[in-house]
Amino acid sequence: MTSATSATLAVDAPRASAWRRLLMRSEALRGYLLLSPTLLVMLGIMVIPMIGMVVLSFWTQLAGNTFDNAFTLKNYADAFTRDMYRILFVRSLGISLLTTFFTVLLAYPVAYYVAFHVKRHKMVWIILMTLPFWTSYLLRVFAWKIILGYNGAINSGLLSLGMISEPLTVLLYNPSAVVITLTHAWAAFAILPIYVSLEKIDRSLLEAATDLGDGPVARFFRVVLPLSLPGIIAASVLIFIPTVGDYVTPSLVGGTEGYMISNAIQFQFARGNNWPLGAALALSSMVIVTVIVMTYVVVVRRLTARIG
Amino acid sequence: MTDAFISLRGITKAFGAFKAVDDVNLDIARGEFFSLLGPSGCGKTTLLRMIAGFETPTEGDVVIDGVSMSAVPPHRRPTNMVFQSYAIFPHLDVAQNVAYGLRRDKLDKAEVAGRVGEALAMVKLSGYESRRSNELSGGQRQRVALARALIKRPKVLLLDEPLGALDRKLREEMQLELRTLQRSVGITFVFVTHDQEEALTMSDRVAVMSQGKPIQVASPRDLYERPNSVEVADFIGKMNFLPCRRLNGSGEAGEVEADGLGRVPVVNGAECPDVATLVVAVRPEKLSLHADEPAGALKIRCRMQNTAYLGDRSHYVVSVDGLERALAVSAQNADPEAARQLAGGASLWLSWAPDALIALPAER
Repeated sequence: MTSATSATLAVDAPRASAWRRLLMRSEALRGYLLLSPTLLVMLGIMVIPMIGMVVLSFWTQLAGNTFDNAFTLKNYADAFTRDMYRILFVRSLGISLLTTFFTVLLAYPVAYYVAFHVKRHKMVWIILMTLPFWTSYLLRVFAWKIILGYNGAINSGLLSLGMISEPLTVLLYNPSAVVITLTHAWAAFAILPIYVSLEKIDRSLLEAATDLGDGPVARFFRVVLPLSLPGIIAASVLIFIPTVGDYVTPSLVGGTEGYMISNAIQFQFARGNNWPLGAALALSSMVIVTVIVMTYVVVVRRLTARIG
Repeated sequence: MTDAFISLRGITKAFGAFKAVDDVNLDIARGEFFSLLGPSGCGKTTLLRMIAGFETPTEGDVVIDGVSMSAVPPHRRPTNMVFQSYAIFPHLDVAQNVAYGLRRDKLDKAEVAGRVGEALAMVKLSGYESRRSNELSGGQRQRVALARALIKRPKVLLLDEPLGALDRKLREEMQLELRTLQRSVGITFVFVTHDQEEALTMSDRVAVMSQGKPIQVASPRDLYERPNSVEVADFIGKMNFLPCRRLNGSGEAGEVEADGLGRVPVVNGAECPDVATLVVAVRPEKLSLHADEPAGALKIRCRMQNTAYLGDRSHYVVSVDGLERALAVSAQNADPEAARQLAGGASLWLSWAPDALIALPAER
């Protein structure tokens, strides 16, 4: 224990902890370190392929699996000018908007019931909501095929009741079959965020509204609905984004009328053998969805800021 | 009370086997500042919520201004409430919050703005119209809640521990303000609190509640000076209790035989029920300490055990021969030299006025 040793220690100690101090000071650095495994995976399977897609969308397909890598905008021109793609874009957006609308509409009462009227065993209810996810997505779609099909549950039921003389063909292989199937498949994604936002509402706010003269209906529209809006926004975005690009459901229950943009994209990467066009369609669809979602969120926020 | 404005008739609220409120009969006068005081779980908030209509009595009826409320839903009652948590709508600004209850009245915009301005001025929040609840302090939120309830011009304003969340200084300020406000608007206030000082400061009358029942309903002065039970005496302020025995159950102002004090007069001996065991209750500030033997008959020798200096006053603990428990005495420090002398003196005298001792049935 000489004074020299302690002096060395005193000098060394801060140097050894320089990293630690940097880590302690920089909130951002710590955050990135925590995220790093995820970031690496995202980089590998999302960002790099995405860049590949962007590059590919400006090339031209040649015979076989070779590409002319001269820059061209032709793929985008095709995607936005050909009638078929325009129809498919509009139809995909329409189907997924309807799906979003109906899912939120049907999910809201369920979420409301669990949030406000279930007193005990809420956890059981929440687990029950996820019940559809216990089977595969594909099986759920097939189940709807059985329900809506020519010899399906609805048709045989109506036949045996004598309400129809021959099976209805309007049930399956059209856009409404796609909407019905998607609405059912995505229900839990709407119920959960809405439930969470309803659950968070301070019950004394409801009593305050009642106390100030609101009946149940007025109270719902003036307090409950505006305060559950974050949940509704989350639910709509969560459903709208993936359903626009849904591929399995339209190909199984949509028929030709229910053909969506993702089916066209898949076609270009497979039998159509025009990868650059497929890439351009995929990226266009992505940009359109992004723009719509951002507009939606901004507009809803603006609107709610003004509700009185 | 003949002119009962709010009349609670045989109100009982049972949650299963537990009776939160047990057969309460209370009359509250028009324009009165009435407090329900009691420890948590005594049923005061449940009682208030039954007046508001958020809870339905298991039995009994609430009558406001001659109208039975049993079939009136909460949103149609002539009552408004200031909630303990204030319940300010987070998606609305201050002006929208205050105007919330006016929608039903179908007023035009200018009139709504006028009433909102008036209400905000009343609670001294003018200029805060466009703030949101998360931009307000606790005291300001409380004022918004108050303005929002008062703008409806209710017959009765119900307040559920509205000052509980405020710090001490702000609370004392708001107590005075609430009192002044209540006087100026003339609305009947029913105020729930567990803070006895708050209840005494503001109320015309206080109902001290315990286990679902009011055990004494009286003015703050009577509650403090003439508690009707050990429970009330103990809950309101500080009190010394001494075991004693009844000497004459005859009728005149009584005398009792108290441990350590001997035969002493008590003010309400006659009112005391004819039970064998009584206690004598005396407030610490009604006992006075002297270094030398004072004049008068009501006095006794005592020894100093403990002193606490509080600035404006001092608290002493003295023991008296024949008395198991020491007595608390409180005295103003008007003469610091005398106070120092008392604190240092080992052998002292204790004296009291003839009306200082109260006899109560020993029930606990």
